[in-house]
Amino acid sequence: MPIYDQQAECVSREELAQLQLERLQATLHRVYKNVKFYKKRFDALGFLPEDCQSLEDLARLPFTTRYDLAASYPYEMFAVPLREVVRIHSSTGSPGNPIVMGYTCRDLRTWARLAARVLTAAGVDRDDVVQVTLAYGLMTSAFGLHYGVELLGASVIPTGPGGTVRQVQIMRDYRTTVLISTPGYARVIADALEELGVDPKTLHLKVGLLAGEPWTEAQRAEIEARLLLTAYDNYALSEAMGPGVAGECEHRQGMHLNEDHFYPEVVDPATGAPLPPGELGELVLTTLSREATPLIRFRTGDLTRLDFRPCPCGRTLARLSRIAGRADQVVVVKGINIFPERVGQILAGVVGEAPVYQLVIGREGALDYLEVRLEVREGLFFDKMTAQREFLQKLTTKLAQGIGVRPRVKLVEPASIDRAQETSPLVIDLRR
Amino acid sequence: MLTLKSVQAGYGRLVVLKGVSLHVRAGEVVTLIGGNGAGKSTLLKAVCGLVPVRRGAVEFAGEDLTRLPAERIVSLGLALVPEGRRVFSSLSVAANLELGAFHRRDRQQVRRDLEELMGRFPILRERASQPAGTLSGGEQQILAIARALMSRPRLLMLDEPSMGLAPKMLAQVYDILAELKRSGTTLLLVEQNARAALKLADRGYVLETGRIILQGTAAELQEDPEVQRAYLGKGYREVWE
Repeated sequence: MPIYDQQAECVSREELAQLQLERLQATLHRVYKNVKFYKKRFDALGFLPEDCQSLEDLARLPFTTRYDLAASYPYEMFAVPLREVVRIHSSTGSPGNPIVMGYTCRDLRTWARLAARVLTAAGVDRDDVVQVTLAYGLMTSAFGLHYGVELLGASVIPTGPGGTVRQVQIMRDYRTTVLISTPGYARVIADALEELGVDPKTLHLKVGLLAGEPWTEAQRAEIEARLLLTAYDNYALSEAMGPGVAGECEHRQGMHLNEDHFYPEVVDPATGAPLPPGELGELVLTTLSREATPLIRFRTGDLTRLDFRPCPCGRTLARLSRIAGRADQVVVVKGINIFPERVGQILAGVVGEAPVYQLVIGREGALDYLEVRLEVREGLFFDKMTAQREFLQKLTTKLAQGIGVRPRVKLVEPASIDRAQETSPLVIDLRR
Repeated sequence: MLTLKSVQAGYGRLVVLKGVSLHVRAGEVVTLIGGNGAGKSTLLKAVCGLVPVRRGAVEFAGEDLTRLPAERIVSLGLALVPEGRRVFSSLSVAANLELGAFHRRDRQQVRRDLEELMGRFPILRERASQPAGTLSGGEQQILAIARALMSRPRLLMLDEPSMGLAPKMLAQVYDILAELKRSGTTLLLVEQNARAALKLADRGYVLETGRIILQGTAAELQEDPEVQRAYLGKGYREVWE
């Protein structure tokens, strides 16, 4: 199988370490000079960027969390003047304000190249027709791989999500060879094929690049059997860049992380202490080339292991094991990170007092749904059904705007959510 | 080929290089750009052993240069074309060239190399017996480069080869560098003239007050707004919003 950037992806570990050190030092100098947040952080420690003499010294610096990014809303994390930023993305899945990410021209070019690496590793080439069913919008979802496809010279069909019947029609008539989607949506498409009586053998699918929500090997096998394609896992992190951070090669034993652009650490989620290679822990990434919004030791919240052993494909880049879950309370629904506290904040904004609530995530068929249960108090009793319906609608809209997913809101009786008990935690995930 | 890891160096109590890391691969042309006093010349001197390295490592072809005296470093295949040419002005052009090979023992080959270089740079043959001090600035620069080549270097380092040259001579000097690049010579080029240097180089680093703040391919750096503003004279310094 071809490798998109042989020199970078098969670099000797020694050369890679030198490149990482050079890029890390330049990044530290730039954030110290241009980002107040980091200057304050470093000053508080008495740390100067030149004190970073080796990659190991990075561990002396504190973590950056999603809370930090949300508190820097909108532009406090930017390391370049706004006029040099050519793209702004933001994620709704943050504990407070949205997280805003900027991209310079060079950032976008890097993004495309890294996405092209991930696509090439999955066997995509210029003869392919690629259907992108991820969302085009504020979030980074569809964009990274879209750029990568164009850079490879393949054809991209930017369908975006939804409209499954039309998706299937396009897939068949345009002779789509590569499907880019979430694992859940791949199964929705498989269901639609059955309903519409379309035999997958009449399609031309060859490869699926799936990401955006936790999935299992069993689901991979099911998707492969029903859509007659080879499914590859890839890792996207919008705060760091978007899709293109890591992806599987033909051996599918973990996702090759683009280590020349992202320096990885795996830490104990409870103590923050670095863990030896191969241990399961929370992934922490430092961006090495990002210009607009660089991140130092960003806690991804994703649980994984790092495998530095050589891969038979020839790439020397370390591999991330399949994401085993979240280290924090974040739940992923339809590829969107949801912070339960954020739901609480929105509810408090509408109800006007500290709400008692609970999130229930389940799966209907192949698709995830989110249910928000809110305890009704005296203030919320309505004599008229219409008033109650209006209230529910308002609440649903507010939540959809705030978290990026349209939930079902269910009003429940007072004291029916017992939050003191372990049996009734803030989040119930029925998908597991 | 050449690797610097967090190099700290300076003069007396003054620290000029504050942890600089960079590398040059065989066959590559790498440029280091930066303004006056950024530490560019100090970096070259530190590599050559002319300024002591206090912390960090300098590795060339597998050898740790920080422990070697300057004369040993030259014999490893590292040559420096110093800032301001520094030709021996009272000596003839030919004598200057011969001095470039002072450490070599293969006298026969040295003669052949001298002949070859004079063929490559006809101006030097023309002026072979003239004192080097009578040459124009550009001619002296060509002589300085040729003298460095006489040591048959594996890596040629140049300190501001464009300094003080008229545009026509500058073009000529860069033509020579481009030819060296084509013939596979590895170059580390230190320049204030970022435009000329980035046009020639494969990769580059931007040094600012002893720190590397940017690195990338020459094409990327040429398009970088900060490089354009500070070193290519495009746009103007932005007021931070």
